[in-house]
Amino acid sequence: MNKLIINSSKKLLSSSLNKNILKSQTALLSNVVPDNRIEVFVDDKPVLVQPGVTVLQACAEAGVEIPRFCYHERLAIAGNCRMCLVEIERTPKPVASCAMPVMKGMKIKTDSPVTRKAREGVMEFMLVNHPLDCPVCDQGGECDLQDQAMAFGSDRSRFTDNLFSGKRATEDKNLGPLVKTSMNRCIHCTRCVRFASEVAGVDDLGTTGRGNDMQIGTYVEKLLASEVSGNVIDLCPVGALTSKPYAFTARPWELRKISSIDVLDALGSNIVVQHRAGDVMRILPRLNEDINEEWLDDKARFSYDGLRRQRLVTPMVRGHDGLLKPCEWDDAFYAIADKLSRASGSQIAALAGGLADAESLVALKDLMNRLGSENVFVEESFPGQASGTDLRSNYVANSGITNLEQADLVLLVGTNPRYEAPLYNTRIRKSLVHNELKVALIGSQVNLSYEYDYLGDSAQILEDLLNGKHEYSKFLAKAKKPLIVLGSAALQRKDGDALLNLATRLSEKLRTQNGCPNDWRVFNVLHRWASQVAALDIGYRSGIEQIKAQKPKILYLLGADEDLVSRVDGDDTFIIYQGHHGDRGAEIADVVLPGAAYTEKSATYVNTEGRAQQASFVVAPPGKAKEDWQILRALSDVLGNPLPYDDLDALRKRMGEVSPTLTSYDKIESASFLPLSVSLSQKVKPALSKEPIRAWQTELGDFYMTNPISRASLTMARCVQSFKKTNEPVKQTQANANP
Amino acid sequence: MINNSINKIIPFLKNSPSASSQILVRYQSAAAAAPPKQKKTTFGGLKDEDRIFTNLYGRHDWKLKGAMSRGDWYKTKEILLKGSDWIINEVKASGLRGRGGAGFPSGLKWSFMNKPSDGRPKYLVINADEGEPGTCKDREIMRHDPHKLVEGCLIAGRAMGARAAYIYIRGEFYNESSNMQAAINEAYKAGLIGKNACGTGYDFDVYMHRGAGAYICGEETALIESLEGKQGKPRLKPPFPADIGLFGCPTTVTNVETVAVAPTICRRGGSWFASFGRERNSGTKLFNISGHVNNPCTVEEEMSIPLKELIERHAGGVIGGWDNLLAIIPGGSSVPLIPKKTCEEVLMDFDSLVQAQTGLGTAAIIVMNKQTDVVKAIARLSLFYKHESCGQCTPCREGTVWLTKMMDRFVEGKARIDEIDMIWELSKQIEGHTICALGDAAAWPVQGLIRHFRPELERRIKEFHATHKGHVLDKLAKYAN
Repeated sequence: MNKLIINSSKKLLSSSLNKNILKSQTALLSNVVPDNRIEVFVDDKPVLVQPGVTVLQACAEAGVEIPRFCYHERLAIAGNCRMCLVEIERTPKPVASCAMPVMKGMKIKTDSPVTRKAREGVMEFMLVNHPLDCPVCDQGGECDLQDQAMAFGSDRSRFTDNLFSGKRATEDKNLGPLVKTSMNRCIHCTRCVRFASEVAGVDDLGTTGRGNDMQIGTYVEKLLASEVSGNVIDLCPVGALTSKPYAFTARPWELRKISSIDVLDALGSNIVVQHRAGDVMRILPRLNEDINEEWLDDKARFSYDGLRRQRLVTPMVRGHDGLLKPCEWDDAFYAIADKLSRASGSQIAALAGGLADAESLVALKDLMNRLGSENVFVEESFPGQASGTDLRSNYVANSGITNLEQADLVLLVGTNPRYEAPLYNTRIRKSLVHNELKVALIGSQVNLSYEYDYLGDSAQILEDLLNGKHEYSKFLAKAKKPLIVLGSAALQRKDGDALLNLATRLSEKLRTQNGCPNDWRVFNVLHRWASQVAALDIGYRSGIEQIKAQKPKILYLLGADEDLVSRVDGDDTFIIYQGHHGDRGAEIADVVLPGAAYTEKSATYVNTEGRAQQASFVVAPPGKAKEDWQILRALSDVLGNPLPYDDLDALRKRMGEVSPTLTSYDKIESASFLPLSVSLSQKVKPALSKEPIRAWQTELGDFYMTNPISRASLTMARCVQSFKKTNEPVKQTQANANP
Repeated sequence: MINNSINKIIPFLKNSPSASSQILVRYQSAAAAAPPKQKKTTFGGLKDEDRIFTNLYGRHDWKLKGAMSRGDWYKTKEILLKGSDWIINEVKASGLRGRGGAGFPSGLKWSFMNKPSDGRPKYLVINADEGEPGTCKDREIMRHDPHKLVEGCLIAGRAMGARAAYIYIRGEFYNESSNMQAAINEAYKAGLIGKNACGTGYDFDVYMHRGAGAYICGEETALIESLEGKQGKPRLKPPFPADIGLFGCPTTVTNVETVAVAPTICRRGGSWFASFGRERNSGTKLFNISGHVNNPCTVEEEMSIPLKELIERHAGGVIGGWDNLLAIIPGGSSVPLIPKKTCEEVLMDFDSLVQAQTGLGTAAIIVMNKQTDVVKAIARLSLFYKHESCGQCTPCREGTVWLTKMMDRFVEGKARIDEIDMIWELSKQIEGHTICALGDAAAWPVQGLIRHFRPELERRIKEFHATHKGHVLDKLAKYAN
């Protein structure tokens, strides 16, 4: 009897430890979801898994990690490294667990002598031609082969033949300025090949040759022409593909790793910034299934050297000779205060750039308001004729990024997501490949890395689609989960109002008439700048035209570097530039206030979906530079009108007052005011322009340098250069063909 | 090809939870089943009237007229009209096992295709990529009796409800492919295949595709890949071709000989075919005898004929007499060799050869007499497999090179005695760890050599060390283990 009790309590204990069993019990009890899971045994431990999962996944459920090289959950199964072999009872030979589906009652042995011997054998074969250059290999310390050789390999070497014939030697490939190759180290797992063809959508990589002569490469030497090429570095389980800019600069164990977010496009990809002694050494992606999965685009990954060049390190004031002269903070502030005291509120304007964080945006707006000015503008304009920026659903990607995987039709208007938001584009591609998503495009006919229906570049098409006059309307009408993605570049046009109007009306029409699910949102704006959504949330408006017309006496540029305002001779506007790079804005400024880049401040950014996220303080701003909100706070002090927050917490509380979305981190507040927006937009009838809709960036060369940081980056400059070099001969032959 | 195992069906759940289907899982047959009771005790001496391939030597007309005079295309319509179940039952009754090397029961294999259709077309793929060193049976069929294969395609295709047959022929077989194409054209013209084949209302096309010279494309899934226009690299199984094969449709890949004998089986009855050979190894078979024999030949004989009798009767005996025999590779280059003593007793069928730790393979008998440098011979085979490895999976890509390097050293004796055990272990590390059977095929010849000729290897090593005092290998020996 006692024994029985002990047994049953043991059972209870083990089941409570095992989450899956617990889940299944609750499922049985509540009788809500029919449980069709099957039981398999991993090292005699029972585990319930969905039918159709692989043995490797079943082992993961049971908490047993199977060593692997070629298997990657986001890529097709190749099954070629054979490292994941496990013994399964009643099968004659070890089975590749990454590819084998589970069967009911399967008894998987992950630590049997057969399994261990198989792993050891495969590992020996991996190593027989792998160079013993770990001390000079950049992968050292984060190398799958190194780790797994320690865990599963043999404790001695028997490579006698290397004495007589040496190891295999393979020529290194030149894939461009980002990915460094050392092909001797390649173990032919083909992860990079599969990534390029499946995720990136460029068939540049492949295998040539057979047997031991098989090589990974591009066949003819060429640039790995992808905006997400850097991911192959992360995917490579060995040191065959490493980062060229990072080569020989640091070892993984010397680096401190800080989680942050990327701000070089409007997606807010999650990153890990790795630094050593005050220098950012590299940037890697961080897993976030809702945004970037585990990928990162090349600009976000490799522009970090731009953080060290062209920096503004000291305040500067323009002297009588017209040259900017370094000075102390006080001098700069007094110069500003002097000018401000002689200007009325309406003569002051502020213009915020694309990399500004929400904290400094709030602080700047508060300061301007205190000075009596309502002229707070963003560089990137947004239509405001109808409800415009008043309704949040007008200016965010309402459906979020993940819903791209649910959609059955995506209509892109005036955008090239491949370069404006590469990881948004890989999501579309993923859905296209796996879910048979249809994509249509109005705008420049660009290469999106997948097939799509090109509707043309006339703005009129949008109206025809709305009226059902276009031949593509029937496809739109059939879509159960359509998405319309309006690029913010298109909204910079003169007829931006009309485009927004048409796109929202079309979205609302599809949503109501196609029988979409209740919570399905159709309308999306794909932004180009990380600051834009937060700026609009806070109350910034588009106003370049107004600035140009009114010529304010004092213009405060917060990281506005896009050359939209310029200094004209005889112009007596006093320009203050606050930002981190000596770029276009600082060039025309009378006073320069050195701020912090996104790796140097704890700051909030709201991505195109309307998701607020925090970038982290990783390294200190260089020289005398300060965090941006602190500069504004200090300036307000000098002006005798101090802003009411002394620390970040107080500022964030204020941000929450301005807009709660700014501080509800990592959440998307769903906005459902589109019907209202549409009804408001009925009243205005903006005219469409006859000008064709053009994409902001049409080819890879345009992608690399789009903001002050990437413009200062040598790596990005090299990318542009090598892209031009690759494409030169093509252009020449074209020119020859058409004399 | 090259796999001495039989297959067993077990229930298996596909990725979609609801649909269940049957797939194949290979497992070693030798240990699993008890030997069946034999009815006959002597085999061999096949009579002329029992020969299926009556124009094996090309002495008669290979075209349609000649083929019909030899009985091809006779009552094909009636056979087709009897339906798929009847054909499969006849083939099952005949006990025909796949002639490509693995020896899987053909009737059973064909019956896997007769699942309820899901709308996808089904395909029959004929593996005519005969590249195994020593094997030359399919080419004889294709150049001298092509109509047997065309008719076989139609009947096998009907049995599995296939829409079309693709004949994947080895690229080097130029004459064979042109004869095949001529035969296919003739058959189309005569209304035997194509729309309303033989007037039965059944539509069936036959296409031919020439390979580009890769041995690995003889592996069924690599063949499918190659046929689809991709690199010839074997696919992972499951899913098996019967579920997802050519162009994603259910497909059966069979050897030329298997299909070519099907019409005759249907005409003369499964029981006739089953009357030859031992139980579970029934039928007649084409044997290729090459190497050190007086009269190398391809000959159709009864299964289970004793190896010695086969060589003496048809190949004019071993050069220098039977006592001059050293070893025989009985089933094409990929099976382990057997020494003279075993050759005297062994019967040429699946089970007997498995018992002798080798295999029937494609029944390509390579005879080596005492003038052979057997180590060099096996080293040459290792080089072949190294050259033909597709490079996809690790053990084969790296292992075949390693085996080759070591075998080359063994030829000179430039090795250590303990390396013999090492190469054995290496071959075991390759065998059964790869996607396809090429890894096994590379390992087995080496294993056969060590199993039967270890003293020869040791002798060479000792000789080498006697003449190379203080060789680097001696120094290494100190560190070994």
